[in-house]
Amino acid sequence: MTEQRALLEVNELVKHYAVRGGILRRQVGTVHAVDGVSFSLGAGETLGLVGESGCGKSTVARTVLRLVEPTSGAIKLDGEDIAPLSKTALRPYRRSMQIVFQDPFASLNPRMTAGDIVGEPLTVHGLAAGKKKQERVAELFQQVGLRADQMKNFPHQFSGGQRQRICIARALSLGPRLIVCDEPVSALDVSIQAQVINLLIDLQRKQNFSYLFIAHDLAVVAHISHRVAVMYLGRIVEIADKHALFANPRHPYTQALLASVPIANPKAKRLAPMIDGDVPSPINPPSGCAFHTRCRFAIDRCKTERPALKETGPGHQVACWLNDGTGRNE
Amino acid sequence: MSEALATETVLDVKNLQTVFFTNSGLFRAVDDVSFSVRRGETLAIVGESGCGKSVSALSIMRLVPDPPGRIVGGSVMLEGTDLLMLDDATMRDIRGNRISMIFQEPMTSLNPVMRIGDQIIEAVRLHQKVSNKEAWKQAVDMLRLVRIPEPERRAQEYPHQLSGGMRQRAMIAMALACRPALLIADEPTTALDVTIQAQILALIVDLQKRLGTGLILITHDLGVVAQTAQRVIVMYAGKKVEEATVEALFETPLHPYTRGLMASIPAVPSPDAKADVRLVEIPGMVPSLTKLPPGCAFAPRCKLAVDRCRQAYPPLEEARPNHWAACWRAGETVEAS
Repeated sequence: MTEQRALLEVNELVKHYAVRGGILRRQVGTVHAVDGVSFSLGAGETLGLVGESGCGKSTVARTVLRLVEPTSGAIKLDGEDIAPLSKTALRPYRRSMQIVFQDPFASLNPRMTAGDIVGEPLTVHGLAAGKKKQERVAELFQQVGLRADQMKNFPHQFSGGQRQRICIARALSLGPRLIVCDEPVSALDVSIQAQVINLLIDLQRKQNFSYLFIAHDLAVVAHISHRVAVMYLGRIVEIADKHALFANPRHPYTQALLASVPIANPKAKRLAPMIDGDVPSPINPPSGCAFHTRCRFAIDRCKTERPALKETGPGHQVACWLNDGTGRNE
Repeated sequence: MSEALATETVLDVKNLQTVFFTNSGLFRAVDDVSFSVRRGETLAIVGESGCGKSVSALSIMRLVPDPPGRIVGGSVMLEGTDLLMLDDATMRDIRGNRISMIFQEPMTSLNPVMRIGDQIIEAVRLHQKVSNKEAWKQAVDMLRLVRIPEPERRAQEYPHQLSGGMRQRAMIAMALACRPALLIADEPTTALDVTIQAQILALIVDLQKRLGTGLILITHDLGVVAQTAQRVIVMYAGKKVEEATVEALFETPLHPYTRGLMASIPAVPSPDAKADVRLVEIPGMVPSLTKLPPGCAFAPRCKLAVDRCRQAYPPLEEARPNHWAACWRAGETVEAS
């Protein structure tokens, strides 16, 4: 399913926000939201992006779509760097990249009918109008498991799961190559989550687009992704095929993260927190490896030098100084 | 936990009924629900939004907003006293003293303009005759107990100066300050990151063991249930549909809803796992409480539903020793498993 040619290639992406203070609104600090992130995403592939709040995963997603302007770095879509493009020059590329947000209650206009919401991108890009548009919208409704006669209903007449289906239909309307999903199932009930996850997987199998899938729920990410990248304080600390990552995590942070997930099996009791303390502030991130303040295996080098991502196995990269930069062996 | 402690019932809820009167009709948010909690025991209440798990907790605390809500039946016996019979003043003496509650979002449940220490003192001085100085010392001790570093300094700080995990620790300190017999935790870790969640859950379980508190843990996360609870009740549309020990529930879930829930959560991949299995979906959606079907509320979504399920609500029956389920076909599920 995964093809060799990368659809999306992100290189040394950086996004800094200025922190201003005082009467003159002078810059008093910098939030290092994304601090040099590189990854690639193949056609028909799903890359999961996990990490705790404030690690920069949502900023990566929004910067890739140019919803947030990157500070520096390259974002190559099909080999074309879209980071320096002007708003007008960017327009044709917008069709190829869509997003599904977390909260289906906030991301739908309550005064538009579901059909108009899904059809709006077609109008904006001048792709279809009138009867042709209606037919296309009806087809999209059917693809996401809604009935065509629900097109005239307003968002409040739908349940949370159905609203998320509308958001997915809207994202699909332009036939995108890349769909960014930012916590798409986090606001949904457990029994509805499975419906939406299955729908996302089915649509990808049929239409072969790529997902950049962001969620804090590791089990959900693992289920839907082919590869998973783990972020900590604006950087990717480990990236690998999901089976390799879960079977053999190398970064102490990944190991702690995986060990913190409560397992739905009372026989596998293991409620022992692997790391203490909180994530440090991204305003003044720790020197060297940002995780060294919470890492119980940290050595002197971790405090001063920032480890780069290093290949430790086929497609398995880790940024950790332990074991000659290959991370911790469990 | 000794045997003597384990058998002592702290809370006994019988046939609790809480309704809401709204413009679109009468909601039975909690419909004839019974359960009990022993000293030092953790009872988990599991269910999806609108199943009545939070309203059950608010009913025990007598904090259901009235109007529109009202407790219309049943009894809530806490250490032998029926809380539903008490006048408001007596109930205030019990709240925060014998029963405490911690909520999902620590930022909205802490007072932003009061120092952390003062908020804990407030709870202590309301229920105990101690000097301000003595109460402050207790507050600092509580913060130390919940493993907040530098408790003397933190007690002087305001909620916004604390991280989410620290705030939830402060909430726990406040809730346990008077050594309550029962602690109700309503989604205590849902707003927290997974590594912080592990810290907080470990803390709650540890403190509960040391203090012998009965704990009701309300959650939608089956992983949290499996890791912390001894007994579980599953709620659906205001009713208790299954009750069992945590081992029995995960080993042989009897109600089709419980089975569906367990099959619908993705598992963290393990090396021996088969290639990606498709998640099992529970079709349809959680029913509106104003438009419940006449029979079993889960019947429209249930693969096993027969005519009987659509006509009459199944009684809660002990399908296996100490394992209760409200399903006409629970017996068959037992045989099949």
